Amino acid sequence: MARSVTTRHKITATAAAWIVALIIFFPILYTVITSIKTEPEAIAGFSLIPSGTFENYVTVQTQRDYFKPFMNSVVLSVGSTILALIIAIPAAWAMAFSPTRRTKDILMWMLSTKMMPAVAVLVPIYLMFRDFGLLDTRIGLTVMLTLINLPIVVWMLYTYFREIPGEILEAARMDGAGLWQEIVYVLTPMAVPGIASTLLLNIILAWNEAFWTIRLTTTNAAPLTAFIASFSSPQGLFWAKLSAASTMAIAPILILGWFSQKQLVRGLTFGAVK
Amino acid sequence: MGSITLKNVSKTFGEAKVIPSIDLEIHDGEFVVFVGPSGCGKSTLLRLIAGLEDVSAGQILIDGKDVTAAAPAQRGLAMVFQSYALYPHMSVRNNIAFPLKMAKMDKAAIDRKVTDAARILNLTDYLERRPSQLSGGQRQRVAIGRAIVREPSAFLFDEPLSNLDAALRGTMRLEISELHHQLKTTMIYVTHDQIEAMTMADKIVVLNRGNIEQVGSPLELYRSPKNLFVAGFIGSPRMNFIDGAYAQSKNARTAGIRPEHIGLSKDSGLWTGRVTVAEHLGADTFLHLDVEGIGPVTARCDGEFGAHHGDKVYMTPDEAKLHRFDDKGIAIKA
Repeated sequence: MARSVTTRHKITATAAAWIVALIIFFPILYTVITSIKTEPEAIAGFSLIPSGTFENYVTVQTQRDYFKPFMNSVVLSVGSTILALIIAIPAAWAMAFSPTRRTKDILMWMLSTKMMPAVAVLVPIYLMFRDFGLLDTRIGLTVMLTLINLPIVVWMLYTYFREIPGEILEAARMDGAGLWQEIVYVLTPMAVPGIASTLLLNIILAWNEAFWTIRLTTTNAAPLTAFIASFSSPQGLFWAKLSAASTMAIAPILILGWFSQKQLVRGLTFGAVK
Repeated sequence: MGSITLKNVSKTFGEAKVIPSIDLEIHDGEFVVFVGPSGCGKSTLLRLIAGLEDVSAGQILIDGKDVTAAAPAQRGLAMVFQSYALYPHMSVRNNIAFPLKMAKMDKAAIDRKVTDAARILNLTDYLERRPSQLSGGQRQRVAIGRAIVREPSAFLFDEPLSNLDAALRGTMRLEISELHHQLKTTMIYVTHDQIEAMTMADKIVVLNRGNIEQVGSPLELYRSPKNLFVAGFIGSPRMNFIDGAYAQSKNARTAGIRPEHIGLSKDSGLWTGRVTVAEHLGADTFLHLDVEGIGPVTARCDGEFGAHHGDKVYMTPDEAKLHRFDDKGIAIKA
């Protein structure tokens, strides 16, 4: 009796999970399907059966250079992530291992910067970028992406470092490890998984950031987000080509996410699940 | 060698005086247990000796040498933590070898010592495993192995058995006692479990609110507790405290009688009571009684005594083993 109830429960839960996953994934799926439709098919209305043409991809490639924005995306996301980690690791480290009474407030203050709508500071930041000659430069945008993701990076690393039990560090001290040996042999190996998943998540966040990357670039430093956006205006709307461009833009990060999903899930649920 | 002396040691955290002032002498080779209720300062005291906390005032001497300001590693002590504190990313072999590597010992010597320690602790088959692949008892043994290889002048144990189940706790208790006989090294052991204290210690230090209430051998504390706190803390089930007319008749504010020192009969006795709860342990039975004119009393009797809830029972305390306490809760000498 009890067994049949749990089996039915399991089936229901599995079905529900699949349905939710499909709903979440559907926009991406429909983008991919639309990308292999012809333009008339694409605007004809809802249909899950494409004609299977790849000409959109060819057109997108001939109309615009894919390689340059792709490289910009790589440089910006990896560059800003590394820069953010260099700043955030010591910060999170200090807050996790020698917290003061103000640590919690500082963390909240950092996070609060994410609560402000980005558009609120668009004008001052645009003017600063203009005056410093940073508009449409990789350096300027790398700094910008670093700054907007920094609070999340610090928070993630902080929760990670907090999970490292203090007694293990004390044990290392008793065992004769100096500060440097403690960092090299004990702390770093234990922190690497946390740093790795923070790195992955931040690359994804930076890759997908569209507000600043579109507004602060024109051509030289424009990443794939700007590449997609460029298909939605000049010659009117071309759904199929836009979809092809989008698919090409998200494919690299989707593949990265797929291969690192174990790390990512661990990173996102760390601290929540014992 | 491993004699440890504490002189006027005190510790304050912010406003809170956790340890007001302690003097203590631990001789080489002794098994000393710090026991007390949670929050009594016993772990803090151990951490002060280890060097993991700085003393606020006073002096700590190891083998006559002042180590008050020395770093933990320089004190030549080894510690076994409650959570075992094993390095999760290292194999058992590397965990045990870690302190030796830190001491820059050569590889052949490290291998020999790790193999020896593994043999003593029955860990030989597990040397290549990670801590996460071991049971609680095995992890505890790895932690002990990591402590042994350093050949410390004293071992410090911080509630090492409290994460284990009851059966394993019993076994590990014996193993640690045996280890002490083999190594003859000073051991300081912190616990809140008075059974661990009684069974393992050469010397028990009873702590309460950061103060030492009494220091002595297990039987000394059992036979002649200095005050109400020690009398109530040592012994299981705990001593019965009786105030009022009976205590006054013995010239005391409070009279104390252990459950095992109360004679029971179904026919006659000094006190009359009814059984409220009977705990049958097999060999023994603990009777919780409501005694006329006295109040609740616990008595220990033979498992075959045969008393149940609601039965009428007569009791006679063994007056030779009666403890008497004055107004301040201090024991009155006979």
